Amino acid sequence: MAISIIRVPDVGEGVAQVELVEWQVKPGDLVREDDVIAAVMTDKATVEIPSLFAGRILTLGGAIGETLAVGAVLVTIEREGEAEGDEAAPPPPTEAAPAAPPEKPAPKAAAPVAAPAEPSAVPPQTVPPQSVPPQTGAPRPEGQGPLASPAVRARARAAGVDLRQVRGSGPAGRILGADLSAFLTAPPQAAAGPASRRREGTEQIRVIGLRRRIADRMALANARIPHITVIEEVDVTAVEELRAAMNAARGDRPKLTLLPFLCAALCRAVTDHPEMNAHFDDEAGIVTRHRPVHVGIATMTEAGLVVPVLRHAEALGPSAAAAEIARLAEAARNGKATREELTGSTITITSLGPLGAIATTPIINHPEVAILGVNKMAMRPMWDGSQFVPRRMMNLSASFDHRVIDGWDAARFVQRLKQLLETPALIFMEAEA
Amino acid sequence: MKRATCRVLVIGAGPGGYVCAIRAGQLGLDTIVVEAAAPGGTCLNVGCIPSKALIHAASEFHTARHLAGTNALGIAVAAPTIDLAQTMAWKDGIVGRLTGGVAGLLRKAGVRVVAGQARIIDGKSVEVATQDGPLHIDTEHLVIATGSRPQPLAALPFGGDILSSTGALALTEVPGRLAVVGGGYIGLEIGTALAKLGAAVTVVEAGPRLLPQYDADLTRPVAARLKALDVTVLTEARAQGLADGVLTVTLPEGEQQVAADKVLVTVGRAPATTGFGLESLQLDMKGPFIAVDDRCRTSMRGVHAIGDVTGDPMLAHRAMAQGALVAEVIAGGNAVWDKRAMPAVCFTDPEIVTVGQLPADTPGAAVATFPFAGNGRSMTLERDDGFVRIVHDRASGLVLGIQAVGAGVSELAGQFALAIEMAATLTDIAATIHAHPTLGETVQEAALRGLGRALHA
Repeated sequence: MAISIIRVPDVGEGVAQVELVEWQVKPGDLVREDDVIAAVMTDKATVEIPSLFAGRILTLGGAIGETLAVGAVLVTIEREGEAEGDEAAPPPPTEAAPAAPPEKPAPKAAAPVAAPAEPSAVPPQTVPPQSVPPQTGAPRPEGQGPLASPAVRARARAAGVDLRQVRGSGPAGRILGADLSAFLTAPPQAAAGPASRRREGTEQIRVIGLRRRIADRMALANARIPHITVIEEVDVTAVEELRAAMNAARGDRPKLTLLPFLCAALCRAVTDHPEMNAHFDDEAGIVTRHRPVHVGIATMTEAGLVVPVLRHAEALGPSAAAAEIARLAEAARNGKATREELTGSTITITSLGPLGAIATTPIINHPEVAILGVNKMAMRPMWDGSQFVPRRMMNLSASFDHRVIDGWDAARFVQRLKQLLETPALIFMEAEA
Repeated sequence: MKRATCRVLVIGAGPGGYVCAIRAGQLGLDTIVVEAAAPGGTCLNVGCIPSKALIHAASEFHTARHLAGTNALGIAVAAPTIDLAQTMAWKDGIVGRLTGGVAGLLRKAGVRVVAGQARIIDGKSVEVATQDGPLHIDTEHLVIATGSRPQPLAALPFGGDILSSTGALALTEVPGRLAVVGGGYIGLEIGTALAKLGAAVTVVEAGPRLLPQYDADLTRPVAARLKALDVTVLTEARAQGLADGVLTVTLPEGEQQVAADKVLVTVGRAPATTGFGLESLQLDMKGPFIAVDDRCRTSMRGVHAIGDVTGDPMLAHRAMAQGALVAEVIAGGNAVWDKRAMPAVCFTDPEIVTVGQLPADTPGAAVATFPFAGNGRSMTLERDDGFVRIVHDRASGLVLGIQAVGAGVSELAGQFALAIEMAATLTDIAATIHAHPTLGETVQEAALRGLGRALHA
């Protein structure tokens, strides 16, 4: 009986430890060579790990959410061929134990939610989520007829009840007369409809993977950095007209959003305010000002927030910037962004587009010292001295590290951004000068 | 012109139309039903009922012939003869009783019956050519229940020795040699009956096998029985034409001549949607059928359609259920088409019943089968061919479909449909006591087998 070990591979870029985010297999599963067995997460990227052999999984090296060192045991696997006649599913643990060296994953502090499991006798089980309240059956999905006898269906129709909303306690989820009666006699607010029914129970969701990464970084930034947030309104009518004119000439190419113009204005503004395009290493007590402007673009993905980096934004025109931003966003959403593309920003823009609210209090992307939040654009009546005129208005909410940026400088920087965006020719004209 | 008004006007008094009219009348709606022929439609007059009468007579005759020879039962009788004209008169008597019964039920429900051909003027008015001249009827709700007609074949137009199912059910002599063009259920039902009555029958089917809507497992016992009855079956065969008592058939290997005194053409049925002004309503169609929603409403407000004009499966019991539904809807009820089970019976020998999903419909489903060869009652009836089959969800045991092929299984159709309509599981069927000794025990055994604990296998 040949038992082999698959270790956590070196996923490159100097990564020393990874977090387990998904098991594709469980003990007893048969896998083929190159079948994905697990997904692990490095600082930013998720990497799928394929099996090196064909065979039967014996033990898993840890539970979801645990951190494993590179080189640690990921799974033990019973190689195919040698065990053909063996009918028993997972062999007794005693056989597996000697093969699985008690090599324990190193990290301690980094795993606050799950104690590392012993990679030995008992295959570690993922903690079953204690989420589903003990209800029998579930409402059937749209498009499928409810399972109920014609008499129950007729009663439901007469009572105006959509049986898809009623839980069936019978075999195969069949809705019994008693289920309908219970639904009808539930407290008054329950009879009104599913939205107002009383609900019981809780759902526990483990904070793992990217979500934990985000949580750690936000906690770090918020704990260390005393934020000052400046909110200013900007008349973006002119820059919007410029954008519309440029878009009209773009033909089939994707239309420009406001983001490339914001990047351009930001790059222009930091040439006058180099203190904003900086990293503050608070342990060493050193502020590093950067000459290139690498703009982090906070991007929402299915897994959570990531910040791909628009490198050398100062050297990109609006079209080139737009194309690069689109490419980065796509890569980030598909989980294909490289480590390179997800690190190294010097200043960050965060925008929620139409959801951007009136004002926000952005949290700085540590160790940067400034972040620019972009709020919702809206047509508002503005007083021009003699009458109200409709103007396209948008607020900027910018946060600064108050340890190294004074309020005065923060305000002047925001005023500069406002000036550039309200008279967008300045962004480009002065760049020439 | 004479005029009449009503709240519900039903065109066609077939099983869909007359049920709709009766139910509407019972619900107090002022109802008129228009019918050009006798009430009862295809089903009662020239379809289900007369064909079943012929099948029964043929089966009795065949049994008598079987008993006239050496037989296991030790019965000795003289060789039988049949006077088909008298058989048909008996059949007509049954039809007459039934159509008369329908007329009586309509009367009892307060429905006015107008005899004559209807022509739709618009969605609210119809003109009927009655014996006493044209009658104009204004209505609030129009129900189209005009049914279907035998599909003709260009190469073999109906008339003379070329019969539709209607013609075959009115024969007064058994043809010496009969060719049946179209191996669907209608052709096989009548073809088998005439074979039992002594005709030399050849079935000409264009597809690769008989009864193409069923799977091969279900049709195999039927094909075996046809062979035992000396019926010749030609598959992948196309009838080209009839001349001087010879039907020319093209087969993959070449032409073949089939001597035939009569040719029965049963290549399907087409919805009756033309010839009565329906086109003027410009209703949304679904292929050749009238498109309806789950309340049998067409695209025009106040115009409903039921039965064969609304699509497959063309079955009398479907039309009846739709008819009752439409009456409820017109009366302001909240009825809606929510049927899970649509049983279909093929009265071949042996019979085939299908309800719900076939194994091929749901590749992931499990299938449990039990043969009649393991059933005592089947043996005492000298017919142990065929089986019962339950298609079910592997995980929950939910019954998704039940099929059976075997002598007399048509009477199991109700149980099959009930099981699916009630959302029964294998356990429900297995835990229900099925009377011994009956054919129905095989249903329980199939369920037990599906649960992995068959007792008699």
